[in-house]
Amino acid sequence: MNSLIEINDLDLFYGDFHALKHVNLEIPEKAITAFIGPSGCGKSTLLRTFNRMNDMIAGTRIEGKVEIAGTDIYSKEVDVETLRKRVGMVFQQPNPFPKSIYDNVAYGPRLHGISDRKKLDEIVETSLRSAALWNEVKDHLKRSAYSISGGQQQRLCIARALAVEPDILLMDEATSALDPISTLKIEELAQELKDRYTIVMVTHNMHQAARVSQQTVFFLNGEVVEYSETEQLFSNPTDQRTEDYISGRFG
Amino acid sequence: MSAKTADKIATAVIVGVAAFIVLVLAGLLGFILYRGVGHISFHFLTSAPETIRKGGGIGPQLFNSVFLLVLTMIITIPIGLGAGIYMSEYAPANKITSGIRLIVEVLSSVPSIVVGLFGLLVIVNLFGFGFSLFSGALALTVFNLPLMVRITEQGLKGVPREQKEASLALGLSKWKTITSVMLPIAMPVILTGTILAAGRVFGEAAALLFTAGMSSPRLDFTNWNPLSPFSPLNPFRPAETLAVHIWKINSEGLAPDAAQIAAGASAVLVITVLVFNFAARWLGRYMYRKFTAIK
Repeated sequence: MNSLIEINDLDLFYGDFHALKHVNLEIPEKAITAFIGPSGCGKSTLLRTFNRMNDMIAGTRIEGKVEIAGTDIYSKEVDVETLRKRVGMVFQQPNPFPKSIYDNVAYGPRLHGISDRKKLDEIVETSLRSAALWNEVKDHLKRSAYSISGGQQQRLCIARALAVEPDILLMDEATSALDPISTLKIEELAQELKDRYTIVMVTHNMHQAARVSQQTVFFLNGEVVEYSETEQLFSNPTDQRTEDYISGRFG
Repeated sequence: MSAKTADKIATAVIVGVAAFIVLVLAGLLGFILYRGVGHISFHFLTSAPETIRKGGGIGPQLFNSVFLLVLTMIITIPIGLGAGIYMSEYAPANKITSGIRLIVEVLSSVPSIVVGLFGLLVIVNLFGFGFSLFSGALALTVFNLPLMVRITEQGLKGVPREQKEASLALGLSKWKTITSVMLPIAMPVILTGTILAAGRVFGEAAALLFTAGMSSPRLDFTNWNPLSPFSPLNPFRPAETLAVHIWKINSEGLAPDAAQIAAGASAVLVITVLVFNFAARWLGRYMYRKFTAIK
């Protein structure tokens, strides 16, 4: 498998706090990579370096390199907005805008300059289909995004992210606020999407990582403890700490 | 004394104080309305005041108040929105920013008579705008602006972080995120605050005595050329507002029915400010429902 994201000797500080320590990682293209580990281990922080959402937090400092498709995304020439178009993100809580279902999906493309009605209709339909939501909402696209269930809202957020045609989809504990059935739907969706997108998901739920991902990375205290194929990591971990974590002895 | 008794006494005291405030307020409003409402008529609202005879109205004053309000808002809203957006989204969190915030707070608590005298010295005399609606609008801007900045800042700060992040994560610039996601969400708060600020402008007198002036030229309501000195639309003419008029006829009114006119005008003023307040509440609720509507 080709790697799409390469992280070399990455250190990240929030003020004095050393949040990520000497991270080296290669994330394969068109597959699901899961980040697991206890709270505060740095998994979300690393995820947020891929679309530079950490930039918004004052006092963040980065050393080392994060390359996506060979480009150092922290170099001066990189335009953050172009980067974020390529790297979509789904958040922990479903966070649709207080607009209609249609406008939520059309929001990104519209503000990126597409105004042709037919083209927008097409993008909205394709994105909603990709997010496995089309059949449920196609008859009431004009309704408020708050009128659908939490699980549907989260799929709407996925559709909204897909509408700007990213290559990478980051999922930051995207199912932790959802019920088991909605969670399962999102997991199935992720399985379908991995043929077309590179997916990185942060999860609290080890079973989810085991069910869904091909690669798993285990974090502890800002360090990558172990990184291997999911099956390998869960059945035959090489590090004692990984074994303790996945067998439920801490975290 | 047991905790239960203490709780009962505390509750009784709090309810008593609240009831007292409500009573005072209701009494005040009731008194003003009781004395004034009877005097309000179409003729009273539309005709010009009389100096020494009976039967004068408050037409020009009412018009001046509304026009001054519009002028003030035209100046305040864009500057206030801009400054509020800057303070909430762009200003770095350092000493200069908190200094600005402090100055804004102080500015909003300057007594209005001081603002009026400042206006007289600087706007009326130094800048040479004379006693005019424009001078009045600038003076009102001085203490309306801090309110507007704070309202905008609070409105934007109240936008959930997730909404802002969602937009930024789609690759939209900060500015586009502010205009297309954050401002619409903050709009109910901003609009409600703006209307409340407008109500304050409408009832202001002290700051206008020395800026907009205490007299109106003989207005010709058929002359809509804003450059003519007798046109109601001319922003550079002196203009006595309703609140100033009440003060003037109460202190130096010569007409035999001066007391009734003052009472009627007070009632009109109070009713208008009440309407502003109710409109603000209604609009705020309406917009909140509209944005979070489940249809």
